[in-house]
Amino acid sequence: MAAQPAVVGASVPGTTLPRMDRWKMDHPLGALVVWRAALGIVTLFVVSIVIFLATEVLPGNAAYAVLGHTATPQRLHALEIQLHLNRGLFDQYWVWLSGLFTGKLGNSLANGDPVWGQVAPRLVNSAVLVFISGFVGSIVGVVLGAIAALRKDGWFDHITSVFSLAVTSLPEFVVAIALIILFATVVSHLLPAVSLLPPGTYAWDDPKLLILPAATLVIVIVPYIHRMMRAAMIEALESDYVEMARLKGVPQWRIVLVHALPNAIAPTIQVIGLNYLYLAGGIVIVEDVFNYPGIGQGLVNAVSDRDIPTIQVIVVILAAFYVFMNILTDVVALLATPRRRIVR
Amino acid sequence: MAATTLPAPTRRRTKKPPRHQWLATLGAAARTRRGAIGLGLAGFVVLVAVIGPSVEPYSSTAFVTTPFSQPTGQFLLGGDTLGRDVLSRVLDGGWVLLIMAACATAFGVIVGATAGISAAYLRGKVDGIIMRTVDVILAFPSLVFALLLVSILGPKLWLIVLAVGFTHAPAVARVLRSATLDISERDYVKAVELQGVKPSKVMRSEILPNLISPLMVETGLRLTWSIVLMAGLNFLGFGQPPPTPNWGYMIQENRIGLSSNPWAVIVPAALIALLTIGTNTYTDAVARVAIGVERKPEQAALIDELPIGQAA
Repeated sequence: MAAQPAVVGASVPGTTLPRMDRWKMDHPLGALVVWRAALGIVTLFVVSIVIFLATEVLPGNAAYAVLGHTATPQRLHALEIQLHLNRGLFDQYWVWLSGLFTGKLGNSLANGDPVWGQVAPRLVNSAVLVFISGFVGSIVGVVLGAIAALRKDGWFDHITSVFSLAVTSLPEFVVAIALIILFATVVSHLLPAVSLLPPGTYAWDDPKLLILPAATLVIVIVPYIHRMMRAAMIEALESDYVEMARLKGVPQWRIVLVHALPNAIAPTIQVIGLNYLYLAGGIVIVEDVFNYPGIGQGLVNAVSDRDIPTIQVIVVILAAFYVFMNILTDVVALLATPRRRIVR
Repeated sequence: MAATTLPAPTRRRTKKPPRHQWLATLGAAARTRRGAIGLGLAGFVVLVAVIGPSVEPYSSTAFVTTPFSQPTGQFLLGGDTLGRDVLSRVLDGGWVLLIMAACATAFGVIVGATAGISAAYLRGKVDGIIMRTVDVILAFPSLVFALLLVSILGPKLWLIVLAVGFTHAPAVARVLRSATLDISERDYVKAVELQGVKPSKVMRSEILPNLISPLMVETGLRLTWSIVLMAGLNFLGFGQPPPTPNWGYMIQENRIGLSSNPWAVIVPAALIALLTIGTNTYTDAVARVAIGVERKPEQAALIDELPIGQAA
């Protein structure tokens, strides 16, 4: 959100502004969204170059990195042709970038199957996991935060605050292992410890498999949302408009649900958006722990196998999701807080 | 709650500590209940990791018992997946993680702080280049970025340290940039500038000393996050090569035997958990002392790892 050229010409009276600038002045919010989106696309473009250069150029030669000590001149040459390494750098990038849009991403180096055919079902499974845990986590966090704020400094508030301070710093795999111990092996056998899916089936075909991976992610993100919601709700409850409503004799339930809650949720939405970003990274380890067939597990496998085309695609997908959610979060935050709409 | 002994009233406690203000802050944080708990937890784990290698009852790589055997008087935590002594492996498996996390934190904070301070102080092109680089790095989830670097450069230990440290730099840079923007406008900085002091010297001797509080808090957050990230990479199998024990990978290799000998998983997982809870709780106490007010939730531990669009 650096310079905003929109307002520059405004102070000069009598000059007719170019059409574009007039549009920006009339729609400051629209201009801001366009500006953010443009910045996001540029970032994504640079990201794609970074990923491409990093995986194909830096280690000398990707073909050599894959073959390692088994490299013979003939095998190197064959793989170089397969990976288009014999072409110029710009050509290579162009082939790869257009492949991203057409789905022609070549074959996996690990097993020779088409990359997109392997990544697509994983992407679906990961999306299901991310959105379920994000949705449940948001609701749980908002409810817990609101209750904690209503009973500020009560026992519920203290317990949830200590719990959230402790849980925020836990690695996901520790939470996952704790859940496996409690619900899937040592203490009880209520749920499956691994989420193996037969090929051709998706996560929703066996919802039981989703419970533990989703629960892990929910536990990891709830503390952030809880803290934000608690603080925002306390602020709202102590505000003048709530005081006014109290004086008017508005019943307590109405004050909480109609006056305080909507105003407290607005700032919380940004934190919820940030937690979706966090989930994009969090799935990597959680999917590995539960053998859940998503792109996170795909990435770990691809890194172990040095399967470069697969690594590239998954990292681009995750980065695109990251950039997109970032913009969405910004825009939603702008819509939710009117004073931020004023440019600069 | 905890029994606190008041210092003798005659002792002069008002003496001004001019040079090492940050040590005083760390000490004051350790005297709060929160800080004492955090420091105690982290200290316990550090003690286990540091003293461990010299008191392990067996060699951590020797096959001394049956795989996944239950704890006995001879093998207090039972056997692991290959029949090695779990207790010995636990005692030997922490110090590398601690050293690597500390190095990664130092690297990330130094690079990030240098970038953030220079961006804010030098403005213009330098600012633009640094902050756009930050944007690009922040377009990756940090674990994914670390995995990407490891996959390119190979799973060597010092590369893992650099990769983890590098993922921290952008967040540190953002925080310190906004703190510097505030300080560089103050009169004492302007006064020194007018004397013609070089920018690098202004940054070092006028700006940096005033950034100690955010720097301390940021270092604490990064340390916790380094441990989380490092342990995560170890768990995924990117760490020391196999026979050497480390807590993260112990969880991975022993979880198939959870129902026979859960201790081979529970103990390393608990140590990692205590360590991160400890560092995070202590950092929280330091933040309360150093910044004076309760931190806002959006600045809570680890959340500023996430790219906050409005922060730039």
